[in-house]
Amino acid sequence: MDMNELLEPFDKMLEAISTPAQIRAVEEGAPVAPVWDELVQSGFLDALVSEDAGGAGLSMADMEPLFEALGRHAVPAPVAETMVARKLLADAGESWLQGPIAMAVAKVGQDVVVPFGMVAEHVLIDLGDGLVLAGAADGRPVPTGVRGSLDARMRWDSEPVGIRLPAVAGGLRPVAAVLRAAAMAGAAGRLLEMTAAYANERVQFGKPIGRQQALQQNMAVMAEDAVACRLAAQLGCGGGVIPALAAAATAKSMTSAAAGRIAATAHAVHGAIGISEEYDLQLYTRRLYEWRLADGSEGYWNRLLGQARLASKQGSVDWVRGEVFA
Amino acid sequence: MFDTLALASLPAEDEALRPAIREIAAQAIADMPIDRRARSWQGFDADFTRRLGQAGFLGLNLPKAYGGHDRGPFARFVVVEELLSAGAPVAAHWIADRQSAPLILNFGTEAQREFYIPRICKGEALFCIGMSEPGSGSDLASVRTRAERTDKGWVVNGQKIWTTNSMHSDYMIALLRTSGTSEDRHKGLSQLIIDLKAPGVTVRPIVDLTGDAHFAEVFLENVELGEDALIGNEGDGWKQVTAELAFERSGPERIYSSVVLLDAWVRHLQAVGRAGDATAALVGGFTARLATLRAMSIACTARLALGESPVVEASLVKDLGTSFEQELPNAIGDDLAAHPDEAVDADLYRALLYVSQIAPSFSLRGGTREILRGIIARGLGLR
Repeated sequence: MDMNELLEPFDKMLEAISTPAQIRAVEEGAPVAPVWDELVQSGFLDALVSEDAGGAGLSMADMEPLFEALGRHAVPAPVAETMVARKLLADAGESWLQGPIAMAVAKVGQDVVVPFGMVAEHVLIDLGDGLVLAGAADGRPVPTGVRGSLDARMRWDSEPVGIRLPAVAGGLRPVAAVLRAAAMAGAAGRLLEMTAAYANERVQFGKPIGRQQALQQNMAVMAEDAVACRLAAQLGCGGGVIPALAAAATAKSMTSAAAGRIAATAHAVHGAIGISEEYDLQLYTRRLYEWRLADGSEGYWNRLLGQARLASKQGSVDWVRGEVFA
Repeated sequence: MFDTLALASLPAEDEALRPAIREIAAQAIADMPIDRRARSWQGFDADFTRRLGQAGFLGLNLPKAYGGHDRGPFARFVVVEELLSAGAPVAAHWIADRQSAPLILNFGTEAQREFYIPRICKGEALFCIGMSEPGSGSDLASVRTRAERTDKGWVVNGQKIWTTNSMHSDYMIALLRTSGTSEDRHKGLSQLIIDLKAPGVTVRPIVDLTGDAHFAEVFLENVELGEDALIGNEGDGWKQVTAELAFERSGPERIYSSVVLLDAWVRHLQAVGRAGDATAALVGGFTARLATLRAMSIACTARLALGESPVVEASLVKDLGTSFEQELPNAIGDDLAAHPDEAVDADLYRALLYVSQIAPSFSLRGGTREILRGIIARGLGLR
């Protein structure tokens, strides 16, 4: 299949349903249904589900550009998480309800921040020894108190009740990390475009600020980071729905490490207007900061990746070829 | 932006080259200490280059008709990756194989192709590139060395400098002014092949801060060249050089210059049994960057394989790659010296200081960091 035939209609739909006004409305507490219902209707939510089970049977690599698109449009719902959850449910022979499904790695009796927890109807919970799809309300979601955040603090005081699925190798965190990495790459790409456009518009000292070499050098680094994020996310999505640890680690380490730099340059170029609520830049930079922390930061993934690397006698290039590019 | 740069995989038939090239590389480095291997693509060994030629590992992406192997850029990527990760001495053929032969193939006459390319593929014709001059570094369009027409061909006067491996090379492809003055900038520049054994050529090696002499001054005094010294069209030098730079800037050599040091450090950590959180995170961070840069370099190679000239993308990979190569010795130096009670092999210590001292050159050679970022800024539409 020509991948543009897949991405273009999806991107067009997101452009229409995830407008900055709609994103702000959901962030302020309006129902996500107007966005979600369109996504359900589109059929894209079953993209990863096998054709036998009524889905499109697409791979993670096929879907990676679409995961990026979710970030570049700052879609206010756990769309990629729902796609993966539906795939895991279908593989286990389970059916599912239509609502948004968030993902969490949780311990009973302990608070956890769940990305998109405020707009989820269900949560696929990794308890270490298996997965449970439970109602989001059972986790007693409360807002994090961070302005505009759709994340929720959740807590299960006893074993959550719901559809039980077998444990997946490595747990849910690696797949959550690659979905987040792809969304971050998408947001980074959006910020690069917005920032380059602004640098060409904004005139100071009698010329567009983009003509200043100091700014050009910083924006070149931003472009390098944005492209590196995209390639890292593609590496993360290069395998199965449950990615190899080294591939997931590479994806989330690179995107998380670059997130702060990318947001910083975007803001530096935009000046004060970029800090204002009414300007759209913050829709994307806020998410980069939040997503950097979600599903493990660069420090978490670097530690795991380094431990795995140090356990091997291979040279670095061979190890990377075998573990990240496999 | 830059969406064409996307994850690509190496074709199986090119991956199949790996075991054979690995064996040849392993033989070449068997007795070399780490700090020699850390010379990476500055290690010169003409015998090794000829062995590679005999074994069929040069001219991989050149046509069979000229002694090449019709394999394309992916095959070269595999071979180069193996050579660099081993630290094999590749300097002798490096420039001819990477740039000069493709340039001659693309812009040369049939006679020039037949004369030079088969010998490059055998590892018997070594090339250098004459670009910088005492007054022209990053501002390459200001070159003053002139080639003037004579009855029989050309006469060249001027000076090149920082010309890598010119003291060992047979030929130099020089960017010269064939008309106008340096005021005319990109106009009036042409590329000529200079036989370095011709009368009037003097090559004087320059010793670098590590004690090596890998580059030199090349003085050109009334050097007479035949009509056939001109490569491509007169006046097209700038255009041809720009296309050439995409070959020069995107390859694995822009990410693997410090990889021998990286591997030696990992072996040290394994030997002393240090794998705590901070150490593991440091190793992991570099591993993630290495993997991502490799993906970017393969993505660039895929554009070359499609016949494109990804100049901006190659600049992007080179700048990010050389930053990685330069941070490695800095971080490894801190890590080792942060554990002063841990014994460090003499070999590793020498390699660390060698790479630390030579690392500033990584973002000078092949286009400085600042120039590359200017090219990327142009790609972003800022200039």
